[in-house]
Amino acid sequence: MDQKLMLLGDEAIAQAAIDAGMSGIYAYPGTPSTEITEYVIQSKEAKSGQIRAGWSTNEKTAMESALGMSYAGKRTMVCMKHVGLNVAADVFMNSAITGANGGLIVVSADDPSMHSSQNEQDSRVYGKFALLPVLEPTNQQDAYDMVYYGFDMSEKLGVPVLMRITTRLAHSRAGVVRNPTRAQNEIHLPANPRQFILLPANARRQYKSLLNKQLEFEKYALESGFNVLTDGNDKSMGIITTGIAYNYLLENYPDRHIPFPVLKIAQYPMPHSMVAEIYNSCEKLLILEEGYPVVEEAIKGFMDNGKTIHGRLDGTVPRDGELNPNIVAVALGNKDTRGKEIPSIVVGRPPSLCKGCPHIYSYNALNEALERWSKGRVFSDIGCYTLGALDPFDAINTCVDMGASITMAKGAADAGLFPSVAVIGDSTFTHSGITGLIDCVKDKSQITVVILDNETTAMTGGQDSSAFGRIEDICIGVGVEKDHIFVLDPSPKHHEKNLGIMKQELEYKGVSVIIPRRECIQTAVKHHKELKKAEVV
Amino acid sequence: MKRDIILAGVGGQGILSIATTIGMAALNAGLHLKQAEVHGMSQRGGDVSSNLRIADHEIASDLIPLGQADLIISVEPMESLRYLPFLSPNGWLITNTKPFINIPNYPKMEDLMVEIEHFKNHIALDADDIAKHLGSVRSANMVILGAASLFLEIEYTELQGAIEKMFARKGNEVVKLNLDALQAGRDFAEAHIG
Repeated sequence: MDQKLMLLGDEAIAQAAIDAGMSGIYAYPGTPSTEITEYVIQSKEAKSGQIRAGWSTNEKTAMESALGMSYAGKRTMVCMKHVGLNVAADVFMNSAITGANGGLIVVSADDPSMHSSQNEQDSRVYGKFALLPVLEPTNQQDAYDMVYYGFDMSEKLGVPVLMRITTRLAHSRAGVVRNPTRAQNEIHLPANPRQFILLPANARRQYKSLLNKQLEFEKYALESGFNVLTDGNDKSMGIITTGIAYNYLLENYPDRHIPFPVLKIAQYPMPHSMVAEIYNSCEKLLILEEGYPVVEEAIKGFMDNGKTIHGRLDGTVPRDGELNPNIVAVALGNKDTRGKEIPSIVVGRPPSLCKGCPHIYSYNALNEALERWSKGRVFSDIGCYTLGALDPFDAINTCVDMGASITMAKGAADAGLFPSVAVIGDSTFTHSGITGLIDCVKDKSQITVVILDNETTAMTGGQDSSAFGRIEDICIGVGVEKDHIFVLDPSPKHHEKNLGIMKQELEYKGVSVIIPRRECIQTAVKHHKELKKAEVV
Repeated sequence: MKRDIILAGVGGQGILSIATTIGMAALNAGLHLKQAEVHGMSQRGGDVSSNLRIADHEIASDLIPLGQADLIISVEPMESLRYLPFLSPNGWLITNTKPFINIPNYPKMEDLMVEIEHFKNHIALDADDIAKHLGSVRSANMVILGAASLFLEIEYTELQGAIEKMFARKGNEVVKLNLDALQAGRDFAEAHIG
């Protein structure tokens, strides 16, 4: 067991969950969280059916399924990217009131600097919002150990536990030592049969119970060993780090000797006594945290009438974006290092649609079909096809949140914009597009919905799409007229035909749905290779 | 001992195969390792990089500080220049000269070469061409790794061992092809630095 595995932070979380006796994992793919669930899906425990592992339709359905597994007494995990927690927020907030039965860990992967996201919201705020314990690992080994510990904590305290990671931990590899494997729980229903019935009378009781547990949560954070206060001789400053910020601090001291007292926070609620000790013993504080100034705001307070606190709020650290060793060096007043500047001839190389991607031909036809109208009529969504915003397509005008294409197109149509077009992928459509389409059918909204069906969740690496082969059935089912549902082949040879249908449907004063369908070129190549391999065998 | 390496290229060029080979060799040599990768949107033909850190002691940060990288290993010439702010003044720039052109405003090759040659510690080689002559352009990444092998402070035999392990599944021919590619890159670098 003491042999180190080289694991991504995401994979360390997955391996720990397997080792700690998890019975099921639920998720919707989203960078940088995807590799957690992929790792479990590929594990022998999942392949042999001991662990339920797979993709859900969205983060809300995933979290609800996980809560159901917890109700049944088994250990379970649900994973998502930070904005996915917005989708799951309803059940997440209420799961704090129901509490957990089997251990339940919610992993939310934040993306500061927005490498692959629309915002850089900090999931720790959700943890505080829900009044739940939060774990924020410092490194890959921590991530492993905390999941292993987190399941125990969840069961002992009877609540879900939120684990917050950020991109650089999720997608960086390092050596991880495993713990002994633990057997899965037997099915056992909650001792209190009313625990999960959030009728007001019960909910009030449960909420009080959650409030009463807050001191105990803090006690755990004090005693678990993940929060560490290290003394230093130089009391002119104390440093508080959260999560991976600690690594960047350490990087600035090659001999690993930091002269200042350091409080490393990795578990919340913050233990008051530890914070008080460093605050009282130092002249001022520097706070280094990846994400929002959550700890900084708490310690500084609204009146800011205590000691000097340096951090993101006073500009010692930039207000936005992820940290790195250089930002921390500057914050410490150390000499910064930087090599030569990038020569001016180096130009940007933004991501682009793959050669042969079906979306290219869908956008070519759509752009041409819209030529006779003014620009600014295409409401899009989140997926590879968002790259249609870039040259040479310049084909879309919005990208906000999962499913917003259809509903924003509806709102604009209600305002009088005609034609009004929604462009959404097959997986995004099942994630959060169907309900919006029902609104459109009910109101007879004058919109054209283009569902780009590449039969997969492409952007995150080709995971299953929930309604594979059933997109038009769903549209018929929610009430779209059959005569206004068209399936097209987005290939150059069908351009004229596709263009004709698009032109015709853009004129239609009601809900029409156009489904350009061809498999994602990436998964098609993968499937072709697998097929060839199978033939050789 | 520490070696901080920026691996650079374009999404889809497979820079992680170089990282994996170095990583296996480093682990086998008992070294510590951290490797930050890029997943997500930029993999679709955008610029990608990986931070690979090797040391004989515990490594703190997953990211290499600016100005402190010992090596830039790039499978594409323009991409090699994008990470210059990371390279230490004594570091080495090792790059393929075969351009990957998927943008309309790609700079002139001769201008790129002027910038690359401007940096005194550099090795620039047409790894695709060398690999093609050896039998398959697919081993170009191992040619680049071979050129970088002089500066890794990892025994050459460890790298060979890692390649044997990585490609074992694909048969002896593929293993030999990649070992030859590694050697060809190393030979080129040795001749270049005299």
